[in-house]
Amino acid sequence: MTKQHANWSPYDNNGGSCVAIAGSDYCVIAADTRMSTGYNILTRDYSKISHLAEKCVMASSGFQADVKALQKVLSARHLTYQHQHNKQMSCPAMAQLLSNTLYYKRFFPYYSFNVLGGLDSEGKGCVFTYDAVGSYERVGYSSQGSGSTLIMPFLDNQLKSPSPLLLPAQDAVTPLSEAEAVDLVKTVFASATERDIYTGDKVEIVILNAGGIHREFMDLRKD
Amino acid sequence: MFRNQYDTDVTTWSPAGRLFQVEYAMEAVKQGSAAIGLRSKTHVVLACVNKANSELSSHQKKIFKVDDHIGVAIAGLTADGRVLSRYMRSECINYNYTYESPLPVGRLVVQLADKAQVCTQRSWKRPYGVGLLVAGLDESGAHLYYNCPSGNYFEYQAFAIGSRSQAAKTYLERKFNNFTASSREDLIKDALIAARESLQGEKLTSSVCTIAVVGVGEPFHILDQETVQQLIDTFEIVREEETAPAEPEAAAEQDAATEQASGADQGGAGNQGGADQGGSPMDI
Repeated sequence: MTKQHANWSPYDNNGGSCVAIAGSDYCVIAADTRMSTGYNILTRDYSKISHLAEKCVMASSGFQADVKALQKVLSARHLTYQHQHNKQMSCPAMAQLLSNTLYYKRFFPYYSFNVLGGLDSEGKGCVFTYDAVGSYERVGYSSQGSGSTLIMPFLDNQLKSPSPLLLPAQDAVTPLSEAEAVDLVKTVFASATERDIYTGDKVEIVILNAGGIHREFMDLRKD
Repeated sequence: MFRNQYDTDVTTWSPAGRLFQVEYAMEAVKQGSAAIGLRSKTHVVLACVNKANSELSSHQKKIFKVDDHIGVAIAGLTADGRVLSRYMRSECINYNYTYESPLPVGRLVVQLADKAQVCTQRSWKRPYGVGLLVAGLDESGAHLYYNCPSGNYFEYQAFAIGSRSQAAKTYLERKFNNFTASSREDLIKDALIAARESLQGEKLTSSVCTIAVVGVGEPFHILDQETVQQLIDTFEIVREEETAPAEPEAAAEQDAATEQASGADQGGAGNQGGADQGGSPMDI
């Protein structure tokens, strides 16, 4: 007698890739705008990026219904924080909140693969990378989603921080200029689009720096 | 005569059909320092008189932002007010989460009123000892509501609650017909004058008075002390005579100027200010 299994799944994967790169005084967060299901495209124009707090932006790929719910929960929690503390949440604080929120649903997870990017309390760029249940780490750069297996090795090649075992301790932050980082992101998405069928259409690039937030788009292959 | 027999708990009626505990709660509102609200077609202004217990302590927070489009000023037991503000904020957040749109003010005040009513019909509870002036904007326009401890609520063009609020109300009653078409600046000015009325003799400065505004295209926010002081100085509020409005503007301002402790300079400036702006307190 074999165990009965469900004939439907509560999850779906809408594909897509996300990237974030931290600089000395900026942070670049990018995600493609394609939303797909199976071999079909649902829309070419869907934003996976959410501006959670003044200096904190999240990009998430995976099941977009769960992503949307997650964004709403964090947004509501941020409002409460602002009422209580009379200020915006810092990026590291939001990072911890995201981790706790994800783990809260440890036994029915948000099917959401997130990268959080922003500026820390010193104004330096920070990137946090997550798994679906909230395990997270601060890093200098990261990618998540269907194209991450193609993107991450390339970022490692270009940006990899020295080993944490080295002395003297080296910064987790990348010694790239803002323009170079944006250029790298564009290159990375163009390459991922070539071989990952779920990545393409457009890439939305958000840049956070002392001057505020700036958004740009770049066209990608639509096939 | 029977007041003392029937006032032990809120679930006891008096022979005259009154709930004394609820009425005592309304008294608590009258003991709190004044809170004033006025609205025009596009803006709502809240003003509060902030009295610190002593020079050493800070002022009590009496105005709370509830959401971008709603704010509240309280009078009475400020602790109760704080708790209710937290409830209102939570309701706004939850509504927005579900409907992706701002909670209409009228619905929020009903929820608040129902919450207050519950405390008038449970033997183990007591009524909230705070009156709330809820200022908000929604699709149907600008609104100002007053929520009582009794669970009643009313919509107002302008209102004042708390101690010495009658003086402010008298002023507002004279001017309220103009409020609908008022500009934002005039509305704030009237709020400051009403606040000054309830101070009855004390000097109006930004350290005793807090102002908050919400309007079309303007999220609810509390004006900072500097701005308020500038507004007070700009409007150059001269001590107003308790005389008939028919009295000539110039003569009244002269009289008022001589009475003013600051003396001739301010009086002269007051005259100029009145003439330039054409909106002196003596205008009807």
